[in-house]
Amino acid sequence: MEPTSRPNLTRDDVLHIAQLARLTLTDAEVGTFQTELSEVLGMAAALDAVDTTDLPETAQVTGQVNSVRDDEAAAPLPLEDALANAPMSDDHNFIVPAVL
Amino acid sequence: MKAPNTFTIIEAMQWLEAGDGTSVELTRACLAVAKERRDLNVFITLCEAEALAAAAASDERRAAGKPLSKIDGIPYVAKDSYCTAGIRTTAGSKMLDDFVPTYDAEVITRLNNAGAILLGKTNMDQFGHGGSTENSGYGPSKNPWDPTRVPGGSSGGCAVALAADMCVFAVGEDTGGSIRQPASFTNTTGLKVTYGRVSRWGCIAYASSLDTMGPMTKSVVDAAIVLTAIAGHDPKDATSAKHEVEHYPAVVHDDPAPLKIGLPREFFAEGIDPEITATVKAAATRLEAAGHTLVEVSIPVVAHAIACYYIIAWAEASSNLARFDGIHYGHSILKDAKRESVTPSKLYDVYAVSRSAGFSAETKRRIMLGTYVLSAGYYDAFYRKALKVRTAIVRGFAEAFTEADVLLAPVSPVLPFAIGEKSADPLAMYMADILTAPINPAGVPSLALPAGLVERDGVTLPVGMQLIGPQFAESTLLALGAQYQRLDPTYQQHPIV
Repeated sequence: MEPTSRPNLTRDDVLHIAQLARLTLTDAEVGTFQTELSEVLGMAAALDAVDTTDLPETAQVTGQVNSVRDDEAAAPLPLEDALANAPMSDDHNFIVPAVL
Repeated sequence: MKAPNTFTIIEAMQWLEAGDGTSVELTRACLAVAKERRDLNVFITLCEAEALAAAAASDERRAAGKPLSKIDGIPYVAKDSYCTAGIRTTAGSKMLDDFVPTYDAEVITRLNNAGAILLGKTNMDQFGHGGSTENSGYGPSKNPWDPTRVPGGSSGGCAVALAADMCVFAVGEDTGGSIRQPASFTNTTGLKVTYGRVSRWGCIAYASSLDTMGPMTKSVVDAAIVLTAIAGHDPKDATSAKHEVEHYPAVVHDDPAPLKIGLPREFFAEGIDPEITATVKAAATRLEAAGHTLVEVSIPVVAHAIACYYIIAWAEASSNLARFDGIHYGHSILKDAKRESVTPSKLYDVYAVSRSAGFSAETKRRIMLGTYVLSAGYYDAFYRKALKVRTAIVRGFAEAFTEADVLLAPVSPVLPFAIGEKSADPLAMYMADILTAPINPAGVPSLALPAGLVERDGVTLPVGMQLIGPQFAESTLLALGAQYQRLDPTYQQHPIV
């Protein structure tokens, strides 16, 4: 994928993005997203018209920096609450497929 | 006498204080309409038993002379993105169909502590992704002004609950217009607060640098009451502001000193429905006749704000939704699997198959767009570029506020549209946010309120306007909005339901 401001995504591009996003797509979805994502990214590419040469980036607008609370110990989320909505768990753990 | 469910907060407070009725009666009246009008598809979860028990407890407190606050006993609804302990919370998504939080969002805690009665959790576009509620996993809500049309979104369920008098007030969430646009589509009032004014803790995130929690009400005066109850710093939300919380109800009863009201040219451009432009300009003229000054201002970068907004929102949404991994909570292929069947080769499937089954097409689209604009090779061209344009937007609004105290503009470029009209065309749906989304990157507050009603295709449809102010100028917006509602009683009109 070469950087371009007016992307025309291929099927492989769509499959690559889906893999990065941990989504599985049907063949029909790949085709639909190929058209839709290209069209919508074309709209987003309109930002090219704005001259941002001397502009810094804004990631947040609160003006607050390094907001920290007092370092006081407090009760953590109880184990049973943390596991309450787990699809698979035992008394103390989330169960996941072995990674290795 | 008005039916109790049609009360504003002010009316309900007076009714309860005078002993003319009880919280249980008020709660029953709201629940009765909620159940009669299930066809409007407002509630994802109705909390009838919990609400009636809470109302009875409120009545006992009041009888003992110990109400918790002025809004003790007053029924409200919450958008289903607010976590509620022990009450299912879906964010409108089948991904969270059986999710029961173990704690309350900070806003819910504050309303509980004030004695307000939670009636239920209302429908929304899933994870806030949409402007019509058509992207809900639970079907679209219907606009009570014309049930063939959408009520707006994403906080559409809250807006319908207000317009159809199923509650006295509501709390919604606005990332790119999700409080203001449904308010505009239903002739109700909604406040998008300054970013950080209200804690986001416990609210299921859409785009964290843009998300704001705020009141949705039947009047501006009511919005001031709710804001006072929910605003203020919360140590659990590091982005919540330490800025002092004003006593907003104190500013809404007197007319504000004459203000310079700016009409930003870009919000009245071509492409906006001419009847909307005319209605909003007539509303501005009413304020001029009351002593305020109208000035034309221009924020040229607003023309590009929608693209900036979406790039940032997609990026943050893709990151926020990465937490749905099929392991901790939410829809998962592990749910009904046998432990022996969980083999190493399945790990990718636990992520990908679970996510693909739980998310809607629109949510997958936004996750993929966000993944793309953050990916190697495209980050600079899209995401970094958007962060720079965001600076231009922040500065553009700041400059406009050197020429005007408040800006006045339409909320939506279109009237409430037909269910299905835009749902197959994502770009057309995104463009419906063109007048609301520019406000969120700037982090400034905007109050949406009814500007008038128009006739279209044989039905009466609402038109909303927004009053936009500098950061933390909520009191100015509420004072001006309340004055407008004394001049124009349109806000008191509800659809016949």
